[in-house]
Amino acid sequence: MLEIKSLHATIDGKEILRGLDLSIAAGEVHAIMGPNGSGKSTLAYVMTGREGYQVTDGEILFKGRDILAMTPEERAGEGLFLAFQYPVEIPGVPNTTFLKEALNAVRQYRGEPPLDAMQSLRLVRQKMKELGVTEELLKRAVNVGFSGGEKKRNEVLQMAVLDPALAVLDETDSGLDIDALKTVADGVNALRGPERSALVITHYQRLLDYIVPDKVHVLAAGRIVRSGGKELAQELEQSGYAAFAGAA
Amino acid sequence: MPPLPARLRIMDAPAPALSFVDQYGASRDDLPGSALPWLSALRETAIADFAADGLPTPRAEAWKYTSLRPLEKLAFEPVVNETISIDKLPTLLPHGQGGHRLVFVNGTFRADLSLLGDFPDGVEVNSLADLLTHDPETLEAHLGRFGVGEGQPMLALNTALMRDGLVLHIGAGVMVPMPIEVIYIGATPDTPRAFHPRNLIVLEPGSRATVIEHHAGLGTGGYLANSVSEVLVEAGAALHHYKVQADDIDAFHIATSHVRLEKDAVYDSFTLSTGARLSRQEISVRMVGAGAECHLNGAYMLRGAQHCDITTAIEHEAPNTSSREVFKGVIDDTARAVFQGRIVVHPKAQKSDGHQLSRALLLSDRAEIDAKPELEIYADDVKCSHGATAGDLDHAALFYLRSRGIPEATARHLLIEAFLTDTIHKIAAEGLCPA
Ligand SMILES: Nc1ncnc2c1ncn2[C@@H]1O[C@H](COP(=O)(O)OP(=O)(O)O)[C@@H](O)[C@H]1O
Ligand SMILES: [Mg+2]
Repeated sequence: MLEIKSLHATIDGKEILRGLDLSIAAGEVHAIMGPNGSGKSTLAYVMTGREGYQVTDGEILFKGRDILAMTPEERAGEGLFLAFQYPVEIPGVPNTTFLKEALNAVRQYRGEPPLDAMQSLRLVRQKMKELGVTEELLKRAVNVGFSGGEKKRNEVLQMAVLDPALAVLDETDSGLDIDALKTVADGVNALRGPERSALVITHYQRLLDYIVPDKVHVLAAGRIVRSGGKELAQELEQSGYAAFAGAA
Repeated sequence: MPPLPARLRIMDAPAPALSFVDQYGASRDDLPGSALPWLSALRETAIADFAADGLPTPRAEAWKYTSLRPLEKLAFEPVVNETISIDKLPTLLPHGQGGHRLVFVNGTFRADLSLLGDFPDGVEVNSLADLLTHDPETLEAHLGRFGVGEGQPMLALNTALMRDGLVLHIGAGVMVPMPIEVIYIGATPDTPRAFHPRNLIVLEPGSRATVIEHHAGLGTGGYLANSVSEVLVEAGAALHHYKVQADDIDAFHIATSHVRLEKDAVYDSFTLSTGARLSRQEISVRMVGAGAECHLNGAYMLRGAQHCDITTAIEHEAPNTSSREVFKGVIDDTARAVFQGRIVVHPKAQKSDGHQLSRALLLSDRAEIDAKPELEIYADDVKCSHGATAGDLDHAALFYLRSRGIPEATARHLLIEAFLTDTIHKIAAEGLCPA
């Protein structure tokens, strides 16, 4: 599904990712944990093609294809999805319009016919029900006036609607109460399947009680410094990241 | 508007703008109403003022960012009697709903294209040319009475050369239920035309009406539309005045409005500007009656080398008057917008409030806005504010949309639309469909 090889990336000439390797097979869920500033969000942005992030070396293969030359929208069309650590507020764009535009753009990329307003709304409503997201969120402008928890639920709703092959969740659990956390976990678990994968970036082992990962990696100073099974998350919860501070 | 050669900028003495003055000399005797002494006096004073000032240039403070000097290099012919055929009317009102439509082609009223539905009693709709010929007495009290003032060469030029326009008179207490659409079409069958539409709108006490102006071209070349509107809203009356300026891309659109609001009168205006190579919308509102209220809103979308100047002056001259002003625009390529907004609160205008906002979205490095808000407050118990912002599209929002699969062009479009949304909403709410 995903093959990252010796990835080096800079922001403003400053090297943030320093030879990162990561491989996720189809059907697997991996977790990345690591201290603040270790490059977790940078990895997510480099994968999705945000401007300002230069890849100076290495490659990212997604479903066997090099995605670094693709635009962000092409990557989304290919089935890559990022739940943002800080979802962006877009005043003036209704959430319904946004979801419909995104859904149809991705469908068009995949050669599927567009859905009309009614059909897309029906699909969105169904996903909302499954995720316990309130109708209210649809009417407002994208993320505007949303609480922290509502923003994260909205990310999970978008993920459910767009049905990605690889979902990257960047600290989607931060600041959530236990109910919201379960919503997020339900959303990810609902997508699990032999052809789908997820990369869960988190600080806390808590989320991983609900989304049980196949592998856990520790990212420190721009590199994966340790990988293991799900028990590694518990170990980190107890020992913290201090041991890895100098590891890179 | 391409920048002027430096040679033209440093010229000192105002140019005489001979061609327009000559035009006046040549047509003086066949302008409508030429036999009326009061009107001839008005025209003579006006042409003398225009000849003294010449076409406006940035040397005049009110024209700080806009020069009409380029007009001198273009030969505009006056409009004489000619009937240009119009295949398709650029109407904004939904079809089949009746209503009132007045059509002017190159400033001349066209009864054959117009549609005057049943008006309630007390409403008089006429063409200026018609009134000047058949019933000029009714005009004398108002025509040229509000639009007076020093240093307004384009208004003076209009007064000297005006031939036709809309004259609307709404009697006391009359509510006009349907909007009155006024379509101004610019056409250039061979050489560029210049025309000077003159509108007069009077709402007597307690009346209410909606006027929608639509300016468009036939796509046949440049023209100069230099229009003036004089508007009087008497006590407790309300005028909704909407305007869509979609003139041809080679056209010059100069529009000057003078609005006078009496006690508790309301003037609500919205201007959408997308057309013309150079446009200027100048609106002056005097709130002379206590409790008067005005809303001046607008949006503009500019590209290429378009130049759009919005200049407003709001005078709070009586207590408890209020004004709200929001102009928003999107500027692309090397286009340039100008927003000059002046609010004056006179000593007598206690407990008044005036709020003004200019917001521009710059889509290219070479797009430009010059915003000049001016607040002059001579009363102490007032609330006033102004603000001006300019910036490019929110990059984080753009990436967010694209990361969801939305192509860049669509994402930009969504964000631009969102930026304009709350102003455009006003037009949509009126059931209009700007083409
Ligand atoms: N836009 C930016 N400009 C400069 N430095 C940045 C920028 N974004 C992140 N960084 C730096 O990159 C490093 C990694 O940041 P980030 O990927 O956000 O870490 P994490 O998500 O693991 O907390 C940090 O040192 C941070 O300060
Ligand atoms: Mg982060």
